[in-house]
Formats: sequence, C-alpha cells, structure tokens
Amino acid sequence: MGAIYIMWLREVKRYFRSRAQIIVSLGQPTLYLLALGFGFGPVFAKAGGGNYIQFMAPGVIGMTVLFSSIFSGMAMLWDRQFGFLKETLVAPVPRFNIILGRTLGGATVAMLQGLLMLAVCLIAGFRPVYGHAPGAPATYHWLALPVSLIFVAMIAIVFAAMGASIGSSIKDMQGFQMLMNFLVLPIFFLSGALYPLKNLGPVMTWLTRFDPLTYGIDGLRGLLIGNWQFPLTLQASFLLDFGLLVVLAMVFLSTSAWLFSRIEV
Amino acid sequence: MAVGGGFWHTGATVSKTKTESGGNPLIRVENLTKTFDQFTAVKDITFQVDSGEIFAFLGPNGAGKTTTIKMLTTLLRPTSGRIDLDGFDPWVKQREARQRFGIVFQDPSLDGEQTAYENMELHGILYHIPHKVRHERIEELLKLFELWERRKDLVKTFSGGMKRRLEIARGFLHTPKILFLDEPTLGLDPQSRNQLWNHVKALNASEKTTVFLTTHYMDEADRVAHRIAIMDHGAIVAIGTSAELKAKTNTDSLEAAFLALTGESLRDEAANSADQMRRFAQMWQRR
Repeated sequence: MGAIYIMWLREVKRYFRSRAQIIVSLGQPTLYLLALGFGFGPVFAKAGGGNYIQFMAPGVIGMTVLFSSIFSGMAMLWDRQFGFLKETLVAPVPRFNIILGRTLGGATVAMLQGLLMLAVCLIAGFRPVYGHAPGAPATYHWLALPVSLIFVAMIAIVFAAMGASIGSSIKDMQGFQMLMNFLVLPIFFLSGALYPLKNLGPVMTWLTRFDPLTYGIDGLRGLLIGNWQFPLTLQASFLLDFGLLVVLAMVFLSTSAWLFSRIEV
Repeated sequence: MAVGGGFWHTGATVSKTKTESGGNPLIRVENLTKTFDQFTAVKDITFQVDSGEIFAFLGPNGAGKTTTIKMLTTLLRPTSGRIDLDGFDPWVKQREARQRFGIVFQDPSLDGEQTAYENMELHGILYHIPHKVRHERIEELLKLFELWERRKDLVKTFSGGMKRRLEIARGFLHTPKILFLDEPTLGLDPQSRNQLWNHVKALNASEKTTVFLTTHYMDEADRVAHRIAIMDHGAIVAIGTSAELKAKTNTDSLEAAFLALTGESLRDEAANSADQMRRFAQMWQRR
C-alpha cells in the first residue's frame, strides 16, 4: 500500500507544482470549445443539432481528460531517460504496485484537469440540461455534474493505463511522436467529441465503435445533456458505456502491469 | 598516477591484505555470463565479496562492469552462471535481494521535481522503513552528507556534487547489507570526490555496510578499496589488493598495473540518446 500511495502522491504533487502547465494544457481544449463551438455553432443549429456549445462541452471535457491521462502514462519515458525509473525498478515492492500508483496518480491529475475544463465550459455558457428540446424553456440538472464524474474517472483510468502500457514499451522520442499522430489524435477525432456519431457511413461507424473514448464521451454527453448515441434506454446506455470502460480499464491495467514487470534496464 | 601513499592510506582497515575471501562471503558469483545477441558482455566470471569489505571493479569502458552490477541488482537476467547475494539468487528472489542492497547508478536516478527530503521519503516508503525510524534516519543521513539545510529545495536546483551526495545518502537509507556504487564520482571535482569517499568509508566502518564500487579513477580504488578486481573484455584479468596487483605486474602504481593488465588501446564508449532527450524535454519544458 505504501508504494501505491507514494507513487500516487508523486504524480499529484508534480501537478500542483507546475501551475503554468495546468493553465497551458487547458488552452487547447478551450480553443476548440470557443473557436469550433462558436464557429460551427450556426451551421450545427441550422442542421437541427441544437446548441453546439452544449454538444461540444462533454467532448472537450473528455478531450482534456484523454490528453492529460495518456501523457501522464507516457511521461514514464522521461523517467526512463532521466533515471528515476531505475529507482522504482530496484525497489523491493511488486512492480504492479508501482505502476498502479503511477496510473492512479495520472488518472487523479487528469480528473482534476477535467473538472477545470468543466468550469471553463460553464463559464462559456454550457448548462447541464436533460431532454431539453430547442426552443423549450431550459431546466438545468445540476445533479448531473457530480454524476458525470463517474465517466470522467473512467476515461482517466482507461487512458492513464493505456499510456502506462505505452510508456513501459517505448524507449525513445520517435516512438512517442508516432503514437501521438497515429494513436492519440485518432482516438480523439473518432470519439464523437466534435460531431454526432449518428448516420455515419459503415466504415466510420465501425472505427468509432472501436474507439474506447467513444463510450466515455457518450456517457458524459448522455448524463450531461441527455444525448445518448445508441437507441437504448437510459439505464442500458449507462451500463453499456460504463461496463465497457470498466473492462477496458482492467485490460489496460493488466497490460501495463505485465509490460512494466518485464522492463530490464 | 603518482599519489603519496601516506595521504591515501589513512583508513585503518585499508592496508589489510587479503586475496582470497575470508570466512564470510556476502556475494558469491560463479561462472557468470551475459550475452546480448552476438556480443558477450560478461564472460564466465567468478569472484566473491566479503561481508564488510570495500570491493572495487576497475576496467576500461565496455569492460562489462555495469552489466555485472545490473545482474547482481536484479535488473538483468544472467545468460548463465550463478549469483548468491546474502543467500538469495537476485533474479529468482528479486524482492528479498532488493531489500538487501542499495544502489547508486552510473546515471542519476533522482526525481528532480521533488525536494531532497521527498526523494528520501519516497525511498524510505518503497523500502518499508517504519515512519519513526525513517524520519530519524533521513535527518541523520542528510546532516551527515551536508544536505539538511537544502532538504526543502527541489533536486533539480542541486549541483552535480549535491545530487551525488543525495543519491549515496539515499542508498544508505534502508541500511542495506551492501551498497553498489557504479562510477559514483564521475564528473565531480576533487573536493567532492574526496568528501564523498570519506562519507562512504565512514559508513562502511560504522554500519558495516559492504561496498561494491566501480570507478575509472585508480587513485580512488587505491585509496578506499580493500580488494580490487580488474575487468577487461568481459573477463576478470586480475583480483587482489592494490599491493598484490602492483607486485604481480611489477609496477609501482595501480595505474601502471592497470595499463599492464588491460593494454593501452582506446575503447569506444557506447552512444546513448540521453543528451538528445534532454534537449527535447527542455524544449517542451517537461523538466
């Protein structure tokens, strides 16, 4: 337990110490929210999609959590290059505890970033409404905010564990940049963060369904604005998204633990 | 290197003569070999390190010193051969072995984004040191290594010498039976080196910690080590006290003995990408 705690604490401490980075890493999602949100807003509304800011807010929250969590895992690359990794590799504790602590720490940080992004969205005019038809008087569902944290947490854990698996296997910067271009960005763009996944072509539909983030964004958007992508009841949609994310979290946690246990220096 | 013997041989135990290990071996290595693809880094080496002794590995770049240390410290699986570290095979009984040794790596392994105290604290928790003992011992070691005043500063603000001192203090924190020091004085000025070895020798004497070190500096090995093994091309070419090595090669300094045993040709150091990474990281201001 001590090892899990101290590795978790390390990630959280680093987060609070780099205040500049907290702000900087909110910049990109905020830019998406404002530029795309207000830019595409009129087109989206004309096509009958309603308020685009409302639609995008869950997407950019998911985006913030995705980038923050997956990079926290990949930051192991820096620990490898700067040597700290070795200190943890020779410690007399199961390596699973080390990687679990790191992953939970990265996930915690990503959740905090997600919360800050939620605050930015609220400032930009986003309101949690459920089943709010365009034109009808809005009823706000503030309770949806805390409930939606379940999905913020699940996105954070799934991608922190995925990042840790990657961080345990890549050894240099070239690999990092390739993954950035061919993995992280596609995960983001295919997740439905920016556009509805209904009525896409068959290839796109399949691609989006293979994307773990799709289910996280769907859960967030479902809980926050009542817009679920699968034609199921509320409970079934929730269980589908949540269940899949739990399974994925376990798969990635096991993968990262296995890969991390095999590191030789 | 012409070094005045009187200055270097100040330690009371240093002049102890011992070729073969005495009664109480802490490490026993038999026919250890490590092969990477086509290349044999360590070839069939056999040696012992006694409990309480300071044992030095000397050798040119690429001789296999670091590879040997990695196998002794559970970081590499030997291709063949046997290692016994205080009764445990490091590869099979990793956790037991890890609790018993401390290590200062050739490259830094501190967390620059945490303070000196936090680095020690993290180590103490990973090594299961109870809360009260941990805090007492951290204070004691940081004071001994003259870092107590800077305990609340981030390690990235430390000089090279301070970082090394902190790493060695950290290595002693969990009172290991044996401390591995892989070229601990690389890049340090003579004052820092001198002070560092004084600390190591003091702790070797007071805590009976066995020390296994590698170095390029002959004078250091001559000064601190009870026994020296000279390694070249993956094999141990000679082992004994400094006096024995000099006698064997008919030379009057350890450096001359070293060159007589390993030849004078230059060795190429393996390239690494650490510098490139550092520049990249600075660019992204990660550290």
